[in-house]
Amino acid sequence: MTTLQSSEPADLLENAEMGASLWRDAWQRLRKNKMAVGGGITLLLFIVVALLTPWLAPYSYEAQNLDLGASPPSAAHWLGTDVFGRDVLTQVMYGGRVSLAVGFIATAVALLIGVTWGAIAGYVGGRVDAVMMRIVDILYALPFMIFIVLLMVVFGRNVLLLFLAIGAVEWLTMARIMRSQVQSLRQQEFVEAAISLGLSPAAIIRRHVIPNALGPIIVYTTLTIPSVMLLEAFLSFLGLGIQPPQTSWGLLISYGAETMEEYPWLLIFPGLALTTTLFSLNFLGDGLRDALDVRGSKD
Amino acid sequence: MLRFIISRLLQAIPVIFIVITATFFLVRAAPGGPFDAEKVVLPEVKRALEAQYKLDLPLHEQYFAYLSDLAQGELGPSFKYPGRSVNEILFSGLPVTAELGFYALLIALIIGVTAGVLASLKPNTRQDYIPMSLAMIGICMPSFLLGPLLVLVFGIYLEWLPISGWGSIPGDKILPSITLGAAYAAYVARLSRAGMLEILSQDYIRTARAKGLPEWQVVGKHALRGGLIPVIAFLGPAFAGLLAGSFVVETIFQIPGLGRFYVQAAFNRDYTMILGTTVFLSSLIVLFNLISDVAAAWLNPRLRSQLSGGGQ
Amino acid sequence: MSLLNVENLEVSFVTRNGTSKAVKGVSFTVEPKQITAIIGESGSGKSVSCYALLGLIPSPPGRIDGGVASFEGQNLLTLSEAELRKIRGSDIAMIFQDPMTCLNPYLTIGEQLIEPLLVHRNLSRADAKTRAIELLNEVGIRSPDSTFDSFPHEFSGGMRQRVMIAMALINEPKLLIADEPTTALDVTIQAQILRLIADLQKHRDIGVLFISHDLAVVSDIADQIVVMEQGEVVESGAPDAIFNHAQHPYTQKLLAAIPSGERDSEEAKDDALINVQNLRTWFHGSGKTEPVKAVDDVSFDIHRGEILGLVGESGSGKSTLGRSIMRLAPVTGGQITFDGIQLTGLEGRDLKDFRSRMQMIFQDPFASLNPRMTVYDTLAEPLLLHNVCQRAELDQHIAKLMDDVGLARNFIRKYPHEFSGGQRQRIAIGRALATRPEFIVADEPVSALDVTIQAQILDLLMALGREHNLTMLFVSHDMAVIRHIADRVLVMYHGKIVEAGPVKQVFNNPAEPYTQSLLSSIPGVAMM
Repeated sequence: MTTLQSSEPADLLENAEMGASLWRDAWQRLRKNKMAVGGGITLLLFIVVALLTPWLAPYSYEAQNLDLGASPPSAAHWLGTDVFGRDVLTQVMYGGRVSLAVGFIATAVALLIGVTWGAIAGYVGGRVDAVMMRIVDILYALPFMIFIVLLMVVFGRNVLLLFLAIGAVEWLTMARIMRSQVQSLRQQEFVEAAISLGLSPAAIIRRHVIPNALGPIIVYTTLTIPSVMLLEAFLSFLGLGIQPPQTSWGLLISYGAETMEEYPWLLIFPGLALTTTLFSLNFLGDGLRDALDVRGSKD
Repeated sequence: MLRFIISRLLQAIPVIFIVITATFFLVRAAPGGPFDAEKVVLPEVKRALEAQYKLDLPLHEQYFAYLSDLAQGELGPSFKYPGRSVNEILFSGLPVTAELGFYALLIALIIGVTAGVLASLKPNTRQDYIPMSLAMIGICMPSFLLGPLLVLVFGIYLEWLPISGWGSIPGDKILPSITLGAAYAAYVARLSRAGMLEILSQDYIRTARAKGLPEWQVVGKHALRGGLIPVIAFLGPAFAGLLAGSFVVETIFQIPGLGRFYVQAAFNRDYTMILGTTVFLSSLIVLFNLISDVAAAWLNPRLRSQLSGGGQ
Repeated sequence: MSLLNVENLEVSFVTRNGTSKAVKGVSFTVEPKQITAIIGESGSGKSVSCYALLGLIPSPPGRIDGGVASFEGQNLLTLSEAELRKIRGSDIAMIFQDPMTCLNPYLTIGEQLIEPLLVHRNLSRADAKTRAIELLNEVGIRSPDSTFDSFPHEFSGGMRQRVMIAMALINEPKLLIADEPTTALDVTIQAQILRLIADLQKHRDIGVLFISHDLAVVSDIADQIVVMEQGEVVESGAPDAIFNHAQHPYTQKLLAAIPSGERDSEEAKDDALINVQNLRTWFHGSGKTEPVKAVDDVSFDIHRGEILGLVGESGSGKSTLGRSIMRLAPVTGGQITFDGIQLTGLEGRDLKDFRSRMQMIFQDPFASLNPRMTVYDTLAEPLLLHNVCQRAELDQHIAKLMDDVGLARNFIRKYPHEFSGGQRQRIAIGRALATRPEFIVADEPVSALDVTIQAQILDLLMALGREHNLTMLFVSHDMAVIRHIADRVLVMYHGKIVEAGPVKQVFNNPAEPYTQSLLSSIPGVAMM
C-alpha cells in the first residue's frame, strides 16, 4: 500500500501538504464568533488608550476649573465635568489605566503562582500532590472577601498590596484547573508513549503536557481579569481600594453614585467604561472557550 | 454519610481557628487604635478605657482572654458604642441581612434556573441568546453600579419605588433585593444552562425519549436532576458572595444590616466588633459551604453509596 | 406482509460545513418473528437509518429527505412527534450500545423500568412494579426485588444491558431495534446477551432489527443480513447466501477481513528474550482496603521472534501486564529479565538507554498521538532522542518509516486529527519502530478500528514483524484476532495466567474451564 514518491527525501518537507494545527482551527473558529471578535477589538482599543493616556488625554489630570463646577457633556468636555470642574473624559482615561493595570497585573500574579503550583501537584502526584492540594483546600475555605476588606483597611494605602491580595485569592482556582488538566493529560496514552520512548520528565512536561494544557488556562485567564477588575472596583467603591489622588473606575463610580441625582453623567460614563470592558473580556473569554473546546475530529 | 459530614466538620475547625487568629493579630497590627480618631482624650481617661477593654495587657494574653470569651459565646463589648456589646449589635443587624440575602437568593434561583433551563432546551436560538445576553449584563454590571442606576430610574425619575430603608416603607425591599440578586441570577443562569446542556447530550436522555416519554418528563424528571447539581454546589460560594455583596447594597440603600456595621467597624478600628463579625460571618460561610458540599454529594447516588460505605 | 418495510430512505445532515448525505436510498425489511441484521462499518449509515425510523435523529442537523417506512399500515417517517411518541416504547422499542451510559444514574432501576408502563398503559404503580419484577426475572436477573430499588452504578455492563432489554420488552413491542447491543461487552457476556435476545425473540414472537459491525456476531442469530456501505445497501440475503456466495466486492472484503486461521509456527525455540518471574503489580487504594491485584504472581517466557498472544476479558489484568513489562506501571514484586538484564532494577539513565530496545503500540489511535505535533515531529522525536541518526539524515529516515507503514509521504506535516483511525495507528507503529526495537508490546492495537482496517493493520504488523525480526507481545480480548496472529497464547483471568501454550493446542484442546468458556463464546459458529 505504499505510495511511491519520486522526489528525494531532502524535499520531504517542501513537498508535503501543510497540516492544519489545532491552534489554527481554533483561531478560525474564534474569528467567526462576532461577539468575541468585537470584544477583542474593543479591549485592544481600551488598552491602547490606557497606555497612551498621558499623551491622549485632552486635559491634564489635576486641572480644575472651580468656576465651571459640574457640567453636562459639551463640546469642550465630551463627557462633562465633575464638581471641581475636572474633565470627566480625562478622569475616566486615567481611571482606566489603574483599573486595567490592576486587572492584568493581579491576574498575572495569580497565573504564575497558580499554574506552577498546579502543574507540580498534577505531575508529581502522590504525597506531594495531596499536601499541596490540601493547602489549596484550606485556603479556599477561608472567606476571602472578608479578609481582603480587613487587609485593605489595615494596610490601606498600598496599591502593591492590593495586587497581591487579589492575586492571592485568584491563584487557588487557577491551581486547581492546572492540576486537573495536568493530571488528566498525564494519563493520556501519548504521554505514556513519551515515557516509554525514554523522554525525561522535563521534556515531557515541556513538549507534551504544557502545549495541551494551555487551552483551559488561556480561557480561565481571560475570564479572571474581569473578576479581578470587579473586585478592585468593589473595594474602591467601599473606600478600601484605590485611594485618592489616584483614581480608578470603581472610585469614580462611587463618587458618581453620591451625586447621581444632580449629575448623572458622573455615574454613567465611568460605569459604561467598566461595563464595556467587562463585556469585552467575558465575550472574548466565552469565545475562546468555545473555540478551544473542540479537540479536533475523532473517527 | 455521617462519617463524611463529621470529617468535613472537623476540617472546618482549623479553618475557623485560622480565621480567628489571623483576624485578631491583623487588626491589632493595624496602625491606629480605636480611640485615636476621637477628639482629644485625656491620657488618664484613655488609660482607663484601655484597661476596661483589656488593651493594656500584652498581646498574647489578650488573645487567650478573647478565646475564652469566645468559647462562652461572648463576643465582647463594642469599642465604638459604649454600653453595647458586639452580640447585641450583631443580632440586631443579622435578621435584616438574612432577609435581604434570602430574597436575593430566591430571586437568583428562580430567575436563574428558569432562564438557564429554558436556554438549554433550544441552544443557539433566540430562546437562548436573549436570556444569556441578559445574564451577561448581570455579570458585567456590578451591584454598586446596578443599584444606583435602579435608584435613579425607578426611585428618582419614575418614583415607583422607595430608595432607602428596610421595612419602613412598603416596597423598600424590592430594589435592594434585586440589586443583590441580579449578579447571582446571572451566574445561576449560566451554570444551569451549562449543566443542562451537558446532561441533555447524555445517552440516557436518548433512552428516555426512545421509551416514548413526553418531553416535559424527559427534561423535568431525567435531565433536571443531574443538570442542577452544579447549581447546588454553587450555593456555598454564592452565600459567601451574597454576604460580601450585602456590604455594598446596604451602604447604597441605607439598610441597617450586618454588612454596613461591618464596614463601619472596619473603618473605626472597633476591634471587638470586627473580630466578632468576622468570626461569626466566617463560621456561617464555612457552615454553608459544608451544607452545599454535602447536598451536592448526596444528590449523586453513586457518591451517596460510596460515602455511606455501601455500594460495590 | 412485512412487519417493517423501509423503502428508499434518505437522510442528510446539514452543518455549517455543508450538507452531507448519510443515508442514500436504503431499503430493507423486517419480517414478523424474524431477525434482520444490518451490518456496516463506521460511516455506513446503519445507525442513522434506524434512528430515523423512530424520529430520534436530532433535528437541526439531521433531516429526513425521503423514503417510506411502513409499520402496521403507517409511514413512520411522516408521523408527527406526538404520534411517534405513542409508538416509542410500546409498539417499537429500542436498546442501545453502551449500557454504562444508557441508564439514568440519578434514578433507581425500578423507576426507569416502570416508566413505559406508566406512560403508555396507565397502570398503577403497584401493578407496574409487579410487571417490572416479572420482566427482570425473565431477563435473568437473580434478585429482582433488590435490583428494583437499586441504582445503575451498582451493576456491571452485562446486568445493565439485561435491564435495558427488560425495559424495552415491558410493553410487549412488536419490533425491537437493537443498536450494537453487545459491542461494548466482554466476549463471554456478549454470548449470554446474544443468547438472551435470541431466546426472547422466539419466545415472544417479535421482529428484531439488529445493528452491528460484526458479521460473526450476527451470523449465529440473523434470519436476514443487510450489508451497508457509505449510506447504501450493497447486498442483502439469507446468512448462507452472504457467507458462502457473497456477490458484492464490499461484502467479500468484509468476509475476508474476519481474522481466521492459525499461524503455522514452528516448534517453540528455547531462546527466551524476555523472562517474567512471579510478577506482581498491585494497586493500593486509600486506607486499609484490599489492594487491587491487577497482576498476581505471573511467570512466563517470551521467545525471540515469536508473537505471544495475551488474551483476557476486561479486568483480567492483561493491559497492566503489558504496561508492567514496559515499566509504565509500577511493579510491586517479582522480576522481569530482558536479554539477560534485570529490567525491574533499572532506573534513570540506564532505563532510558534500554527503552530504545522495546516499544509499545496503544489501543486508542487518537489518544496515543500528541494532537499538537505533526507526523514529522512525532517520528523525529524518538530518532533524535536515541541518536538513531544524524540530523542531516533525519528526513531520509522519516521518509523510510512512512513508507514502511504505508503512509503517503506528503502527509508528513499533517496533524493527528486530520487522519483516520487506521492511518493514526500506522503513525503510532512508525513511531514504535523508529528506534529499531527488538521487542514490541501491542496493547489492543486494532480493537478501536473498523474490521476492514483491522485486517490491514494486522497484516502490516505481521509483515513488519517478519521483516525486522521482532518479538511481540500482542494483547487482545478478541480470540479470533489472537488465533490469526499469534504463535503461542497466554490466557489471563483475574490477574493470573490460567492457561498457556501454542495457539493450535489451546484453541483446539483447551484444558481449563475458563478457556473453554471463552472459546465457546466466540461468535460465528454458523460461518465455519
